[in-house]
Amino acid sequence: MLTDGVESAGSTGIKAAELRDFYEEIAACLDAEALREFPAFFTADARYQIISRENHDDGLEHATMYCLGRDMIEDRVMATVEAALYQPRSLRHFISGVRVTGGDDGEVNAEANFLIIESLLEQEPQILMVGRYLDRVVREEGALKLRERSCVYDNYRIRTTLVIPV
Amino acid sequence: MSDTALRNSPDRVWPAEGITRVPAWIYSDPDIFAKEMAVFHYGKTWNYVGLVCEVPEPNSFKRAWVGERPVIITRDAEGEIHVVENRCAHRGSLLCWKNRGTAKDLTCPYHHWSYNLKGDLMGLPFLRGVQGKGGMSRDFDKSRNGLSKLRVAIRGGTIWASYSDDVPPLEDYLGPEILMRLDRLVSRRPLRLLGHSRQMVESNWKLYWENSRDPYHATLMHPFLSTFGILRTDGDYHSVPLQEGRHEYTYSQYDPELRNKASEASKQIKSINTDLQMKDKEVVSSVIDEFQDGMMGAFQVFPTILVQQYFNCLVIRHVIPKGPGAHELAWTYFGFADDDETLNTLRLKQSNLVGPAGFVSLEDSEVLSLMQPVVESYPDSVQVLEMGGHGTEAQSTMMTETLIRAFYQFYRREMDL
Repeated sequence: MLTDGVESAGSTGIKAAELRDFYEEIAACLDAEALREFPAFFTADARYQIISRENHDDGLEHATMYCLGRDMIEDRVMATVEAALYQPRSLRHFISGVRVTGGDDGEVNAEANFLIIESLLEQEPQILMVGRYLDRVVREEGALKLRERSCVYDNYRIRTTLVIPV
Repeated sequence: MSDTALRNSPDRVWPAEGITRVPAWIYSDPDIFAKEMAVFHYGKTWNYVGLVCEVPEPNSFKRAWVGERPVIITRDAEGEIHVVENRCAHRGSLLCWKNRGTAKDLTCPYHHWSYNLKGDLMGLPFLRGVQGKGGMSRDFDKSRNGLSKLRVAIRGGTIWASYSDDVPPLEDYLGPEILMRLDRLVSRRPLRLLGHSRQMVESNWKLYWENSRDPYHATLMHPFLSTFGILRTDGDYHSVPLQEGRHEYTYSQYDPELRNKASEASKQIKSINTDLQMKDKEVVSSVIDEFQDGMMGAFQVFPTILVQQYFNCLVIRHVIPKGPGAHELAWTYFGFADDDETLNTLRLKQSNLVGPAGFVSLEDSEVLSLMQPVVESYPDSVQVLEMGGHGTEAQSTMMTETLIRAFYQFYRREMDL
């Protein structure tokens, strides 16, 4: 049963305050471009995708970045670090509105807004992307993990290139 | 557009060397851009606008673009597909505000002029005024004030539009080589839309057009290709210009053993690192050879699309110009309506290869967006195109710029430059 504004769900004991800390840690990892640490935030069977609102709202499956399983998240990170060419950039994530929206069977559904500002050489900082996370979060050996994260972006278009996970 | 606007400025003289040189002003001059739109996108060409499965049922519509102009693809109550301008015939306001949907008619939000899905004007409020005052003049003819309609052609699952009454039929415009390659991907069975990715690239549209005619850069700038053995300079590769440079195709025969072969060519590429392995190999290998020909390739249909197959990822890249200094790349990913879950999942996974975050495409928009300010700063500079000689013939190598030279031979003739 999905209920807006639930502070913690089911038997998990996962509360919004703990989720906020978890999300801030993921964001800090991405802001620092510590990409090799990123896959550890996910369960082995996790699904991670960055999908346009246009596709999401129409029920279309294609996602601009699509990882089925943590192996694919590790591949994405490895390919980005070892085999991608892109101009140097600074990213800052701003996360707000973290909410538990439901959950059952040891996992919670949660949502949050994200705003990512990108700064490139010789240019003013710009909004790279704005949207929301639609997550399923579980506790594994005491630590929170993402079993699913859909980053649904409101932007009609990606600005130039999407390199770093959202 | 008047003849004056279509005449080239006297300063705009192509370098004497011909097609082995390209002057940088063609990427920034607003007059050149306006002429390109008039001669190409609004001229004697067929423009890709979308897929039949994007307007799946009677009374559905989808917004699209021809050059810089917004259009609407509609399917009327009888099931016929139309392409009309997204511009009210009354005052020119944007008619359709929704991206896609279903409707029995299209009503302009401004003054409620109403059109059927064929684009005919059906009615307008207060045609006879109020209390005998105002209203349209008696001789106003609704049948002459419909939406601007484009010519439409359908091939397999694809929809094409043209402003020209003189353009040859789509099949002749494409030619037999493109037709065969297009039919292979879109005509055998009904298509299924997987979705779109869109990106705004701040470079002239031709920089992107050349980029996908440039196999020379592929293994150098996209380290992923050679690292994971998808494409290598010593593999089997063909670059074939068509119709005097208007279209082109490239293809390679996928060789699963390529990754393990070291050669003189692979040693020249600094980026090759044979220690790297993908954990999920389904993303970078041919799991299902669905066309049973082992072929991977791409082709361009001037002036709008590059159609590409990477393993089971089928995608159309639509280049939509946005003024001289920018273009949108609209990527449409598709499969077939009868795909099973396994094949569908493979397509979704392999779509990581190409797109705004594509393993083998993200570098393109990076380099081109950094290139545009440079070409704008040096409008009188020239580019050098001598890889693979000076000609425009088909070549069986990646180390050639023959496709770009062939394009500029076509371009100069059409643009009178």
